[in-house]
Amino acid sequence: MKDLNCSVVVVGGGPAGLAAAISAKKNGAEKVIVIERENRLGGILKQCIHAGFGLQYFGEELTGPEYAEKFAVLAKEAGIEFLLDTTALEIKEKTLVCVNTEGIININFGALVLAMGCRERTRANLVIPGSRPAGIYSAGTAQKLINIFGHKVGKEVVILGSGDIGMIMARRLSLNGAKVKAVVEIMPYLAGLVRNKAQCLDDFNIPLLLSHTVVDITGVDRVESVTIAPVDENRRPIMEKAETITCDTLLLSVGLIPENELTRSANVELSAITKGAVVNQYKQTDKPYIFACGNVLHVNDLVDHVSHESEDAGKFAALYAAGKLEANTQLEVQPGEGVRYVCPQKMVCAEENVDLYFRTAAPGRGTTLTISDDTGVLVTKKLVRTTPGTIEKLTLPADKAKNATGKIVVRAEHKEEA
Amino acid sequence: MIKSDVLIIGAGAVGCALARELSKYNIKVTVVDKNDDVGGDASKSNSGLFSTSATMPVGTLECKLRTIAHSMILNICNDLDVPYIECGSIAPILYPDQLETAKGLTERAFQNGVYDYEILPAKDILDMEPTLNPEILGGIYSPRDRQANQFIFVSAMAENAAENGVEFVLDCKVTGMDVADGKIHAVHTTKGDFEATWVINAAGLHCDEISDMVDECDFKINPRKGEFYVFSHDTPVKVSHIISSVPSPKTRGVLVIPTVDNNMLVGPTADDVEDKTDVKTTAAGLASIKSQALNMIPGLHFEDTITQFVGVRPARTPEGYDIRFSEKVPGFIGISGVRSTGLTVSVGLATYIVHGMKEHGLELVRKEGWKRTRKGIARFAEKTDAEKDALIAADPLYGKIICRCEQVTESEILQAIHRPVGAKTLDAVKRRVRAGMGRCQSGFCGPHVIEILARELGIPEEDVRKRGEKAFMLDKN
Repeated sequence: MKDLNCSVVVVGGGPAGLAAAISAKKNGAEKVIVIERENRLGGILKQCIHAGFGLQYFGEELTGPEYAEKFAVLAKEAGIEFLLDTTALEIKEKTLVCVNTEGIININFGALVLAMGCRERTRANLVIPGSRPAGIYSAGTAQKLINIFGHKVGKEVVILGSGDIGMIMARRLSLNGAKVKAVVEIMPYLAGLVRNKAQCLDDFNIPLLLSHTVVDITGVDRVESVTIAPVDENRRPIMEKAETITCDTLLLSVGLIPENELTRSANVELSAITKGAVVNQYKQTDKPYIFACGNVLHVNDLVDHVSHESEDAGKFAALYAAGKLEANTQLEVQPGEGVRYVCPQKMVCAEENVDLYFRTAAPGRGTTLTISDDTGVLVTKKLVRTTPGTIEKLTLPADKAKNATGKIVVRAEHKEEA
Repeated sequence: MIKSDVLIIGAGAVGCALARELSKYNIKVTVVDKNDDVGGDASKSNSGLFSTSATMPVGTLECKLRTIAHSMILNICNDLDVPYIECGSIAPILYPDQLETAKGLTERAFQNGVYDYEILPAKDILDMEPTLNPEILGGIYSPRDRQANQFIFVSAMAENAAENGVEFVLDCKVTGMDVADGKIHAVHTTKGDFEATWVINAAGLHCDEISDMVDECDFKINPRKGEFYVFSHDTPVKVSHIISSVPSPKTRGVLVIPTVDNNMLVGPTADDVEDKTDVKTTAAGLASIKSQALNMIPGLHFEDTITQFVGVRPARTPEGYDIRFSEKVPGFIGISGVRSTGLTVSVGLATYIVHGMKEHGLELVRKEGWKRTRKGIARFAEKTDAEKDALIAADPLYGKIICRCEQVTESEILQAIHRPVGAKTLDAVKRRVRAGMGRCQSGFCGPHVIEILARELGIPEEDVRKRGEKAFMLDKN
C-alpha cells in the first residue's frame, strides 16, 4: 500500500479531466495528479475518429483523437502527473483509494475533481423484450470495437435511438461495408444534433423512423431480426402495425448515464434529472472539496462545452485546495417551464458572470430563453429554434449575479412547437 | 471412441452432482453436454433458491429427496466455497382467503418435517421486512430458505469432479445411440462415439429426447418458461428475505429474491411453451411480474433493472420425479421430472442414484485421497484494501480491473478460463466471475474480454463466442 499527497486529484483522463487538470495547475495548484483507468489519455475521444470537434474551443475542426492529443500535450507540458492503468475505487473523506498492478494507492488530496464520464443506457434499461443473442451492442461499444480494435461487428444493422453516437455509427458502419437498414427513434423528434442527421443519415440514404421503437428481438445464437412498431402519443407501441426487419446486429443509442458510482461512495448529493452531482457555478458539490465536470456531471452535446466547464472545475478546485474559495450562501437554480434541467443547480452570489447550461424540454421555433429571480426577468435571449439535443447557455452578468435574490429560474418559451 | 464406466449426459446441476459423487470411486466417469459450458439450461437460469420441502406434496420421492438434500447442501457449499445467504423467506398474506391456504400449508410443512414454518402476525412480519405492503394481514415465515449463486454451485461441483478425475466433454451433443440386444453399444455425439457400461440421462429439458433413443420415453417434457428481472445493486428499495406469494392451486406466483451477489431477482412467470429454446422475454410476461411484485412491495424501482432473462424449466407429464433403472436396457438410467427443485435436490439425488447403481451390481471402490474441497476464485471486489494489496502482490493482474461495474480483475478472468472445466465464452466468463454482469451489461468490458479470451484460447477474436456454437461476437468476414 502506497500513499501519495497532492493538491488536486482528477479522476479520469478524458477531455474533462485533462482540461480540469491543466486549469488547476494554471491556477496555482502545486501538484496535480490525473487517474486514468486505461493505458492512454483521451477517454472516449480516442474512439471518436470522426471530425467535428474543436470548432468552438480551438476554432478549427478536429477529430476526437486530435482534440484529445492537443490537451494531452498541454497537460504534459504543464507538469501534471498521470497514473495510467489505474482505477479509482473509493473516496474516503479526503483520500482517494486507487488500484493498479503495483497495489493499492491512497491519494490524499486538497480537492478532487470527478471527471469519469458516462456510460450508455442498455437494452435492459428500456426493457426491450425478445431473446438475448450475440449482436446487440450499445453504439459506443461498437464504436470501440471498430475504431480501436479494428473489428467488424455485423453486416446488416438496425440502430435504435437517434443520439449522436448512433447516427455517427450509422455512417461508420456504412463506410465499413455494413448495410444500415434503419435508425429508429421513439420520440417524434431527433435526439442528437441536426448536422449529424444530414452528414450521417441523409448522405448515406439511411432511413430515420421517428415515433417508432423496437418491440422484439429474435435469434438464438446471433440476432436474426428485430421487430419495430410505430408508437402512439403516449409512446406505446401500436402492435398491429409492427414489421420485422432482418438483420444480424442491433445497435442501441438510447442515452447516456453519468457514471457516478465513485461519487456515491463519497455521499455526494446527486440530481435525479441529470444523474450527476448537484453543483454551484464553481462545479463544487455539496462536499466542498469535491468538484465535478464533463459528462459525469451532465451529459454534454459538444466536447468544447466540456472543456470550458471543466476549466472552471479545475480552477476552483485549485483555489479550494489553497484555501481561497470561501463558503457563501447559495441560491437555488431551477428549470422553469419549457426547460428540462439547468446545470449548475446552485449559485453563489458574487460579482462575476455565471454561465447557466441547460436543455429545453421539447423542440420549438421562435424560442425566448430567460433567467429570472424573485424580482423578475434578469436576462433574455431569442433563438430561431431550439431542440433538447442541443445544450443552451445563458450568462447572468456579474452585476445581476451579485444582487440576485430568491430562486433563479430558467425558462424557454416557443412561438411554435417543432 | 471414449470408453468409460459411466457416461453422464447433461452437465446441469444433476449431472455435475452425479459426476462429483461418482468421482469418489475408482471408476472412469465422463460427462458430455451440448452446451459450451457446464450449468445446463434450467440449472443456470433460475432463482438460485435452496428451499425446504415445506410446501411439497407429502410422501413423494421429490419431497423426500428435497428434505434430505436440504440438510446436506450447506456443508457441500462450504466444502466447495459456494457463496450463499441464509436469508429465510416470507410469504405475505394479502387477502383473507389466503389465511386458510396458509394454515393448510403449515400443516403440510409439519407433515414434511419442516417444523419451523409458521404464520406470524402482520406487525412482526413488517418489522422483519419493512418494504412489504403495509396492508398485509400476516405472513408465513420460513427461516431455512436460502439463496446461492446457482452457477458457481454447479460449476464448483464440476470443477471438483474434474479435479477428482472426471472428464468433461462440452460442445458435444448426443445425436443417437446404437442399441441392440438390451445394450447400448455406442452413444453418438457431435464429437464422436462414446462407450460406457452405464449411461445416465441427466439431460433435463432434453431428457425425453435421450430416453427416446433407448425407446423408454413414455412421458412428455413441457418447456415452462420463467421470466425474471435483475435489479442493480444500488436500487434504493431492497428486501432482506425471499418474498414469495402464498401459492394458489393455479400458480406459485412471483418472488422477490435477495441474492448473494446483491442483485435482487424478481420473477418468474410460468408459461408453457412449445419450443425448448424459447428464451425470449415478453412484454406481457414482464408486465405481469411487475404488477404482482408491486402488489407485495409497492416501493420497488423497476427502472433500476439491469437485465431481464428467461429460464426454461423441464415440467413433465405425468408430473413427478421419475428415476428409472432400465429393465430393457440394463445400465441405462433415466432421470426425468426434475424441475425447479433440482438445484437443491441434485446433491441428494446423486447419492440416491449411486446407491441404486450399487444395488444394480455396480462395484464401487472408494478412492484414496479424494479431494473434498475446492477453493473459489478470490473476488477482488469483496476484499479489504489490505487483502487486495496481498492479492496483487501475489499476482499483479489482480490490480488490473477489466469490468468496472463489478470490479472484476484480469486475474479473476484468467482463472475462470484456465481452471478445470474453464470458461470458453463471454457468458461463461460472466457466470464465473461476473465480468459483464453489472449495470453497463458488458458495454465497457466486452471488447477487452473478447481480446483476453482470444489470447488465452489461442483463437482469432472473430471466433470468440458469446455462448453456444454459433453466437459469434464479431462479424466473421
